[in-house]
Amino acid sequence: MALTGLLLFNTLTGIATLVLICLGLGIIYGMMKIINLAHGEFVMLGAYVTVFAANAGVNLWVAMLILAPVAVGLIGLVVERCFIRFLYGRIIDTMLASWGLSLAIIGIVTSLFGNTVRGISAPLGSFPIGHYRTSLYGVFIIAVAVLAVVGLYALLRMTRFGLVVRATMGNPRMAAALGVAPPRIYMATFALGAGFAGLAGGVLAPVSGVSPVMGAAFIARAFITVLGGGPAIITGTSIASALFGSIDEFATFLTTPVFGQVALLLAAIIMIRFLPQGITGRVFRRSL
Amino acid sequence: MSSVPSGWRGCLLVILAGFVLLFGLPQVVSLYGVVQMTVFVAMAVFALSQGFIWGFGGIMSFGQSAFFGLGGYVYAVSVINMGDSTIPVLLAIAVPAAFAALLGYFMFFGRISDAYVGVITLTVTIILFNVVNSTSGDFYTIGQAALGGFNGMPNVPPLNVPGYPDAAFGPIDTWYFAMGALILVYILLRGILASRFGRVVVAIRENETRVQLLGYDARVYKLLVFTIGGGVAGLGGCIFTNWGAFISPTIFGLASAAQVLIFVLVGGLGTLVGPVLGAFGIEYLISIIGTQQTLNANLVLGAVLVAFVLLVPQGLVPVVWSGIGRLLPRRFAGTGEQTAEAQS
Amino acid sequence: MKLPVPDATPLLEAKGATMRFGGVVAVNEVDFTLREMELRCLIGPNGAGKSTFFKMLTGQLKPSAGQIRLRGENVTGAEPHHIARRGVGIKTQVPNVFNGLSVYENVFVAAGRRKSRASAKRITEQTLERVRLTGITGRMVGQLAHGQRQWVEIATVLAQEPDLILLDEPAAGMTHDEVLRTAELIREINRAQALIVVEHDMQFIRMIATTVTVFNQGRILVEDHVDRVMANQAVRDVYLGKQAA
Ligand SMILES: Nc1ncnc2c1ncn2[C@@H]1O[C@H](COP(=O)(O)OP(=O)(O)OP(=O)(O)O)[C@@H](O)[C@H]1O
Ligand SMILES: [Mg+2]
Repeated sequence: MALTGLLLFNTLTGIATLVLICLGLGIIYGMMKIINLAHGEFVMLGAYVTVFAANAGVNLWVAMLILAPVAVGLIGLVVERCFIRFLYGRIIDTMLASWGLSLAIIGIVTSLFGNTVRGISAPLGSFPIGHYRTSLYGVFIIAVAVLAVVGLYALLRMTRFGLVVRATMGNPRMAAALGVAPPRIYMATFALGAGFAGLAGGVLAPVSGVSPVMGAAFIARAFITVLGGGPAIITGTSIASALFGSIDEFATFLTTPVFGQVALLLAAIIMIRFLPQGITGRVFRRSL
Repeated sequence: MSSVPSGWRGCLLVILAGFVLLFGLPQVVSLYGVVQMTVFVAMAVFALSQGFIWGFGGIMSFGQSAFFGLGGYVYAVSVINMGDSTIPVLLAIAVPAAFAALLGYFMFFGRISDAYVGVITLTVTIILFNVVNSTSGDFYTIGQAALGGFNGMPNVPPLNVPGYPDAAFGPIDTWYFAMGALILVYILLRGILASRFGRVVVAIRENETRVQLLGYDARVYKLLVFTIGGGVAGLGGCIFTNWGAFISPTIFGLASAAQVLIFVLVGGLGTLVGPVLGAFGIEYLISIIGTQQTLNANLVLGAVLVAFVLLVPQGLVPVVWSGIGRLLPRRFAGTGEQTAEAQS
Repeated sequence: MKLPVPDATPLLEAKGATMRFGGVVAVNEVDFTLREMELRCLIGPNGAGKSTFFKMLTGQLKPSAGQIRLRGENVTGAEPHHIARRGVGIKTQVPNVFNGLSVYENVFVAAGRRKSRASAKRITEQTLERVRLTGITGRMVGQLAHGQRQWVEIATVLAQEPDLILLDEPAAGMTHDEVLRTAELIREINRAQALIVVEHDMQFIRMIATTVTVFNQGRILVEDHVDRVMANQAVRDVYLGKQAA
């Protein structure tokens, strides 16, 4: 019983983690049809910001929930202005360029801070499930993931910004005719996606080893989930996270974390054969 | 797409240059230099696989390193178990090719977009990296071969004269094998491209819909191209493992996957010479960076990638060639070659 | 390739063919029959569903409902290459050519499927002759003018040697002389092959047509002899009113 409870809790934490690392990628992909290969590095930068700020005496919660997303969002803004905007409409070239950025960011961070693993300890202590003890920080991750999804939904559904973004993505010329400049919207969307990546990095910093190459540990799962989710960002990412997170967690429980990833990949490959447009390409098509 | 000499004259010229290098290099450079060039050649074979499937087949594999690494590991594991290297070399080609065929089936028959193909292949290589990285310990041995996790597999036995496991190849023999393989792969790919199969492959890159409407099953062609690319990459991995008698999971890593794309992009998409020269050039650059401390290799590779995508997307060989074409009399320039090729 | 088929079996038969895009019904329960060796013109205002219908016939779109038969064989939802192998060739509205290949290579790829190299070469040369492209065989198709690219595409379709040829606005972007030549070519093709031609140019239609099918809002409005169609008030209202004045 307690074991089931623990497994369930771990699965929920796994799903929440997946949601967090996917949202940023999903926003940029869903809205702009750009697959940002530097996403893992945006997450990494968020983690670095958090670690350095916390070590410099900034309150840990402020560092991870505010500083990390804002800083990485700004970096995203710069990246969009300097590189990405020249490549709109050229999907493969954008992917290549963002991959180049990913390598360059890894290189810069390595040069500046060295190729070492840093960390900050997870706050909040632990709580019991039966005779097991587990980290209370997992509860926090779940809470942040839920808030992020709800917040993003509200942003897109209820604000003027959200309306304009949805209009632009649906039909750029129409939005332009309404007096909205599509380039500004793309810029803002890219920064928003980067900001969510930064948030993921901040929140996950205490539970992962923070190093220049940490992005690679997230990126495979994030890609599979976002593509598996399909065009509707929020619904797709959530459903796919739940699906793949469970597969990952159960396979990991039965074998090792590595085979969790293998199971994930196999599931994804079989899925593209039958649902090439992702889950929301087939069902829930009208959702956000 | 390309204005590079791909007619038979250019092809012969390249093969000739290959043979000059094959026999000439050991005469003029030191043993160290030959060994250094051997790894460049391994990378060039790798680059040819990427250049073939991307530049001609239009297949956006971002994880060609999966097949390169698989070739290396399959060679290492099987040669440790078998002793004689003949079958391991063949396996190092066949296993990655088979893996590519399997993966390709799901991708091409699922009709996913180019971008998805890129992401899926990239994911495959990252996950292979993670898997092999965690195979340390006695549990992960295949026959007598311990996979060794992130430490990799040291002391991989070298190639030998087929049938005589005791007649092991020295560094110079390995050079002849590597360079010979590169020339052979080049000739093979040129031959494929000159065949009618190759014409259809290039036609698919140009316009897949039209090819389908003409009655060709584009999925089968892409699958074959991808499979051939997997086999060639596997051979490259086999040479690479022989060069250092060593293989580790980094071969599957993101840097390795990016590197081969950079070879092709820098050398020139839609050419076969370009990727080879790109591999030589970039590998040389990396070896220089390795000897100094100020610049980080990832930073340089990333910057090169961004710069080429933004500024020179067609790559150096086509740019240089059309530059020469403008300087030379008309007869040698531009479209003449296409006509020759079309009629040949 | 041609099998002895009883006259009763039409070359092409669509029954209740329907194509929906979300809420838009682009083709709505269309029944359409074409005999062997028939030449049919298909007209209708912009957005009537003509190109969509062609895409359904060639397997580029899988019909939402209905059935499509080629010489009795059900090909509904079949892959494009499967349908092409059953003897259907199409010149699409947006030119579908190989921009990075030469004119010769474009036609050669079309001629070469399941044929010996020698006969592929022969067909290529004959076709290039027939559509008068012999002067520019070495040129890259991407560098040609729009009209010439149309000719290249027509050449690839002919080189494929299909039994049924679909032409979606073949005369668009052509000079007056080229239009005349296209009309002539179509009549010549029709001596051995069946065609369906979509065109907006009414003079062109008059030059080639006997039977005309009029599409409007995804449905067939009328199907009749060209003279009666031109005189039909409903057709004038939806379509001709704008153009034939
Ligand atoms: N892929 C698609 N997705 C959504 N709607 C589509 C799609 N293709 C076509 N349509 C719609 O279907 C309708 C029919 O389009 P179609 O291109 O078949 O018209 P057409 O008769 O060929 O017009 P034209 O004379 O302008 O070529 C139009 O309203 C068009 O907007
Ligand atoms: Mg049309």
